[in-house]
Amino acid sequence: MSHRSFVWLCLLPLAVVTAAFFLLPMARLVVTGAEGPQGVAGYLAILTEPRYRATLINTVVLAAATTIVTLIVATIAGMFLQRHRFPGRAVLIAMLTFPLAFPGVVIGFLIILLAGRQGLIGDLSNRMLGEKLVFAYSIYGLFLGYLYFSIPRVILTIMAAVQKLDVGLEEAARSLGASPWAVQRDVVLPALAPAFVASGAIAFATAMGAFGTAFTLATNIDVLPMLIYTEFTLAANFSTSAALSVGLGIITWFILALARSFSGSAVAAAG
Amino acid sequence: MNASAGHGASVRIEACGKTFIDGTRALEPATLDIARGETLVLLGPSGCGKTTMLRIIAGLELPDAGGKVLFDYKDMTSVPIERRNVGMVFQSYALFPNMSVADNIGYGLKIRGVPAKERAARVAELVALTNISGLENRRIDQLSGGQRQRVALARAVAIRPGILLLDEPLTALDAALRDRLRGELNRLLRALGITTIYVTHDQAEAMELGDRVVVMQKGTIAQIGTPREIYFTPQSRFVAEFIGAANIIEAPIENGHLVLPGGRQGIGGGASMPAAVAMIRPETIRVVETGRAPLSGVIDSVSFIGDRQRLVISGVSNRLFTVDAPNTVQAKAGERVGLLISPEAVRLLPSES
Repeated sequence: MSHRSFVWLCLLPLAVVTAAFFLLPMARLVVTGAEGPQGVAGYLAILTEPRYRATLINTVVLAAATTIVTLIVATIAGMFLQRHRFPGRAVLIAMLTFPLAFPGVVIGFLIILLAGRQGLIGDLSNRMLGEKLVFAYSIYGLFLGYLYFSIPRVILTIMAAVQKLDVGLEEAARSLGASPWAVQRDVVLPALAPAFVASGAIAFATAMGAFGTAFTLATNIDVLPMLIYTEFTLAANFSTSAALSVGLGIITWFILALARSFSGSAVAAAG
Repeated sequence: MNASAGHGASVRIEACGKTFIDGTRALEPATLDIARGETLVLLGPSGCGKTTMLRIIAGLELPDAGGKVLFDYKDMTSVPIERRNVGMVFQSYALFPNMSVADNIGYGLKIRGVPAKERAARVAELVALTNISGLENRRIDQLSGGQRQRVALARAVAIRPGILLLDEPLTALDAALRDRLRGELNRLLRALGITTIYVTHDQAEAMELGDRVVVMQKGTIAQIGTPREIYFTPQSRFVAEFIGAANIIEAPIENGHLVLPGGRQGIGGGASMPAAVAMIRPETIRVVETGRAPLSGVIDSVSFIGDRQRLVISGVSNRLFTVDAPNTVQAKAGERVGLLISPEAVRLLPSES
């Protein structure tokens, strides 16, 4: 057996699995999406049908907001954790990354415990303001949940990137007269840009498609994964849910590709 | 901030020591004066404290309590680096990868709020001065090592610093380029006439660039002097051996002569001591026929270097003896030769405590 055919043989299981469990269902999904009463135009419903469009915008805004806030929080925390040594640091890092271990349902549950009808925030606000503050079941609760599980993913990437930063660059900027703010703006943040794009893209994609948390908080949240679920199970509207699924995939993929092309140039610029 | 451009500021460090958090003593308390416009080289092996001293002057490290850093007689000890107006060149160059060559050079001016037009003029001036015309719009990763070194220097000088600090600026380059850039750097520093503190472990760099050289060893200053002083009159065995090549001899003294296995060698001074540690530079020794010198030995090996040849000779003292002979001298291994050394070339060193 030649070396080359041996390599091909080794790749065969991968090819089979890819075809059977990835390509075929995908193809079927795309076909199903076009089998509704409107045919191929069913795909446009995600943009033309007002309810679908509003949900799409909702989802993108929520995912973008989650990504931005996560990046801000995680960058500050990650930079601090990487640059400082203090007692309890390891425990703090472990706690911050703990949410990685939870499924979305548990995170939804945590949000309900915090901001639900019997939640901590409700109790406190009831005693202090005489009014029960409940936002677990709204998009704000969902935002909080997404933030909770996005931060650990991003914080680890940022910490790794901070570790690789050349301290000399910051010292050089300072020697040239740059204030601590200017050093961050001109040297540190540009150097971390690739890490922002990479971890931000993952946070964004996760927030776009996360279902468990949304499902737990459910009642009146309109995000795409929930919409797909209701179309599929409650309305048995296979073609629409398939079209929405494909739409969700394409939009997320498109934004990830966009981010990657930006990070590509950022990485090149960073040498 | 010190605004005096042209010849820079004078520097005084007073009782500056540095102990790191883990308890290591990087620098014993040292006091040092650097004159306005002087180029001072801190020379020593790695871990001798030279970089720590530079970083204390720069403001990147705080000296231990009691230490003081003064620029032009003003206490700068608690002033952070960004307000010390120092230009610094790092060993890694630390060029900003997200900026072009021109933006790197102009960064300090931009931070100082210099208008774009004026900034561009200054950048153009430095690009010409450091010989990097045509590279202004390049990215840093498109530059060679030598070009990076020039950009780093241009960036440090652009802000018209009071003091220029260079931390092993040539170490990252290959040998041939290093030699060429050393000469170039020397001319540039002379032209700028700015107070310069230069850290290196390379004695050739120290000799060529320094008005004065501070030789450091294990966190202390071993000797301060002009390159000639530290070469010809080292005050310790460490300095003698670290600067250039040196034959170190430990021998008893009789009637003003060192008594060696290979014969007797007259000495200049210190004849009254019973024994001494002496240094003889290889190039001060003349190879002659055996009968014509009081000292002789057998050639162990001959290395032809081009401009000269280095002979290693055994039997002179109790260790191998190095002699630099002109490249015209006929010398073969195994041959017995006489060694003619003038008494003035024998430098007695204080015995190690």
